[in-house]
Amino acid sequence: MDPIRDAMLRPSRSAKIERRGRLISLFCISLIVAVVVAIFYFVASRGLATFFENKVNLWSFLSKTTWSPAIKDAHGAPEVGALPMIVGSFGVTFLSAIIATPFAVGAAIFMTEISPNLGKKILQPVIELLVGIPSVVYGFIGLSVVVPFIRNLFGGTGFGILAGTFVLFVMILPTVTSMTVDALKAVPRHYREASLALGATRWQTTSRVVVRAAMPGILTGIVFGMARAFGEALAVQMVIGNAALLPHNLISPASTLTSVLTSGIGNTVMGSLENNALWSLALLLLLMSLAFNLLIRWIGKKGEMK
Amino acid sequence: MAPKKVDKLATGVLYVIAGVIVVILASLLGYILFQGVPHISWHFLTSPAKSFEAGGGIGIQLFNSFYLLLLAMVISVPLALGAGIYLAEYAKKNWLTDVIRTAIEILSSLPSVVVGLFGFLVFVLQFKFGFSILSGALALTMFNLPLLTRNVEDSLRAVSFTQREAGLALGLSRWETVIHVIIPEALPGIITGMILGAGRVFGEAAALIYTAGQSAPALDFGNWNPLNIASPLNPFRPAETLAVHIWKINSEGIQPDAAAVSAGASAVLIIAVLAFNLLARYVGNRIYKKMTAA
Repeated sequence: MDPIRDAMLRPSRSAKIERRGRLISLFCISLIVAVVVAIFYFVASRGLATFFENKVNLWSFLSKTTWSPAIKDAHGAPEVGALPMIVGSFGVTFLSAIIATPFAVGAAIFMTEISPNLGKKILQPVIELLVGIPSVVYGFIGLSVVVPFIRNLFGGTGFGILAGTFVLFVMILPTVTSMTVDALKAVPRHYREASLALGATRWQTTSRVVVRAAMPGILTGIVFGMARAFGEALAVQMVIGNAALLPHNLISPASTLTSVLTSGIGNTVMGSLENNALWSLALLLLLMSLAFNLLIRWIGKKGEMK
Repeated sequence: MAPKKVDKLATGVLYVIAGVIVVILASLLGYILFQGVPHISWHFLTSPAKSFEAGGGIGIQLFNSFYLLLLAMVISVPLALGAGIYLAEYAKKNWLTDVIRTAIEILSSLPSVVVGLFGFLVFVLQFKFGFSILSGALALTMFNLPLLTRNVEDSLRAVSFTQREAGLALGLSRWETVIHVIIPEALPGIITGMILGAGRVFGEAAALIYTAGQSAPALDFGNWNPLNIASPLNPFRPAETLAVHIWKINSEGIQPDAAAVSAGASAVLIIAVLAFNLLARYVGNRIYKKMTAA
């Protein structure tokens, strides 16, 4: 055949490189998606075994308060009531979010509206440093400072939801603050100018115009913080006391989903009911993280329409 | 006038809030450094840990942390680059891309303990890697990938479109344009993101407890054969990292000097993470200056 025609019909060197490059990048991205699918598949297959193989009732799993998977109750059903952990997890999450929100929003307003200069020079690096501190270090400080402090102040052991709340408060503060800063910065400048031109003071402008316009972004930040608090394991595990009991006050030892998982999964035999029940907790954790994700998307959509 | 008073009051409150946050950080850092730094010595940094008596060091843990970090980065950086290139350059605007983005978002918001448990189930048990550096590095890769990918994508997107047009106009294929034109331009952002990611990985513990394990067998630093079990390079040995060590001695430790050891180890950990942050800024600026006319 005509060599020129032949060369024209064959893909060029560039086209080959292009195809190979495209395949490489496609392979990388598929791997990530496959990992996500695999995580869901494996955790779900283990977590659902409690209900399908061990015949534990889903409702009693979520509502009963005794967590001792090795012991059977009067009807021969194992005692796996996850309510204490669920209450513990939601307790520390909501309490820390409630405490962190005013601080985070206040700091963000300070950085964007009151003193951008000081904010950029001092607060910004402070927030970045707080993000960088590893969670075990927070746990260690909680254990050696916060727990004794609570013990001296309120009595008891000092371990409990209150100590967990304190530690998580500091941990989620930077997350919520930096997202709130982004939200406030995204509010167009002419909103502020219009309000100030109407004679409103800076605080009136901030509280009634800027914060309101930035509300979806601020809420997203808070939910992000809550998701982080809900999934945090070691720092909480170190200060919460790890007693799978329904907490009757804020300073009695309690436990969270993550704390039971970290301390329990190594001490149980794979495939046993004790182990399956722990995987059910992991599945619950996974679903909650998914729920937080959906909530963030929903807030984003709601905010867009306005 | 009332509104003016309210305004002054609110400003005052905001100053107090900002001050409180600065004080929190200052006291956190101050506590760790004052408690920990006096404990740091050459002996502490190089000698192995002791389980039952005082005077243990963190030498093996420190080495494990860096080795694990290195392996995790070696695995995750190429993957993140490929995935980031796909998202920034090849992904079309359709449902498939939406699904991919959602998957990455979910992966980045998963609690690290769940990632660790998945690693335990798959790498440690299914693939029979056991508690090993390799399992740990793979778990850290999953933990690190979504953020790195997003960082690569953002850095690539920040490069002006005219650069791509110039590359394509010269007859380069898209892939060649990306490799030879776009990536060098985006390099400062990518490297900064990687160093920050390294800092995160260095302090991570929850994903490692059940993958890299909680024990640090004695190592023979004269033995560099990666297949020998006592060799520091062996990827199949269990390896407790610094962060896991802090957790371990605080929750189950029985050393008489547990508080001092964990304060020292925390100080080392924080100093390392701070160093990563400073390095990220410095290297980012440096490369940017070197590669552009600025």
